[in-house]
Amino acid sequence: MTILLFGITKDIVGAPTLSVPTASVTGKKIPKTVKELKAFLGNTYPELNKLSSLAVAVNNSYAEDDQVINSYDEIALIPPVSGG
Amino acid sequence: MNRYARQTQLKDFGPEGQQKLNQGKVLVVGLGGLGLPALQYLNAMGVGTLGLLDQDLVELHNLQRQVLYTEQDLGRLKLEVVYEKLSAQNSQTHFNLHDTFLTKDNALDIIKDYDVVVDATDNFPTRYLINDACVLLKKPFVYGALHSFEGHVSVFNYQGGPTYRCLYPNMPSTEEVPNCNENGVLGVIPGIIGTFQALEAIKVLTGIGEVLSGKLLLFDGLSQQSTKIGFKLNPKNLQIKKLQDYYEPLDCEVVPTIAAEDFQLLLESKANITLIDVRTEEEFTERKLKEAINIPLDSLELASTHITSVDKVYVICQSGKRSEVAVKQFQKQYPNKQFFNILGGMNKIASVCP
Repeated sequence: MTILLFGITKDIVGAPTLSVPTASVTGKKIPKTVKELKAFLGNTYPELNKLSSLAVAVNNSYAEDDQVINSYDEIALIPPVSGG
Repeated sequence: MNRYARQTQLKDFGPEGQQKLNQGKVLVVGLGGLGLPALQYLNAMGVGTLGLLDQDLVELHNLQRQVLYTEQDLGRLKLEVVYEKLSAQNSQTHFNLHDTFLTKDNALDIIKDYDVVVDATDNFPTRYLINDACVLLKKPFVYGALHSFEGHVSVFNYQGGPTYRCLYPNMPSTEEVPNCNENGVLGVIPGIIGTFQALEAIKVLTGIGEVLSGKLLLFDGLSQQSTKIGFKLNPKNLQIKKLQDYYEPLDCEVVPTIAAEDFQLLLESKANITLIDVRTEEEFTERKLKEAINIPLDSLELASTHITSVDKVYVICQSGKRSEVAVKQFQKQYPNKQFFNILGGMNKIASVCP
């Protein structure tokens, strides 16, 4: 599952995209909803947990926390940006 | 020859479109990287009334992206420079000069006279203030924002459509997302995004094309890729009854500060001082200055007994950011008292006095 990163999330991760395993060989839980994905990413990148608003898009639509995600979905993390 | 012939000859724009522009009133909040290109096009194309709002001066580090300004303009009020240049560009435009920053006290009064607001600011508090004021007044606003090589554009609150809070319900703290001053921006990016904002404002005024409502345009300059994200209205975001009591003051507002070293000297002089530490109880218990009173940032109202009896109050936190927020709040609440933010906070105190 590939995740496109925008704004500060790009800086936190240090790359414009991020790959999340979709089949677990390690026995770790694979995220199945937006909420689980946020928690999964927050474990690896604790800085993400600090964002008070972080929009997640699934297939180019804003997704609520309970939305189910699949390996073929296109996902984007879109935090607010403030520069002018 | 009509100066607008090149656009009135467009079948889908025509003299009708031009007339709508001529009757249109657009407020541009912020005369920086986004506001200038937006204004130059809105003015060139013949928008009848333009509101200019800013209180900053032209500074050297602006010139890399704020291309209307020249070296001769350094130190001048942006408002004056922009007025001068835009009047020369189009003498038919009516300009309203708002020599102020947008605040919770003036926002409704200023915005009510316009058809569209262009949010060309550089900080979250003003963006949330613009959103809430526009929702209350039922005005659309064209949003543009930048981060490094990236720009975001959308039109919020357009004909009952989604608002800024539908995407981002909670205002980020100053600590979590850096602004341009801290993060940097490639000079050409605001030119692109501000120009997109002008285009959307024109569409809102004239009704041509498809307004970018319910869609967030994400532009990445490095890959030249644009993505559009759809989002929906959360109806509760339209039910705002009044502005919030408190929007964090603008980042550009300066609060009185004292260097950690100087504060250390003050402590050693055994002067009788009032020091409020706005960190959490946990942080405070872990390490504190013995003179400090702990009033966490989320319960500042508890500080009143300590403040009312003195004239000067020093405020500290871990790094100096939360204490800055606290000082701004205190200043509003106690305009007759003096507050000082201790620069660098406990981090600096540690290095000064190991």
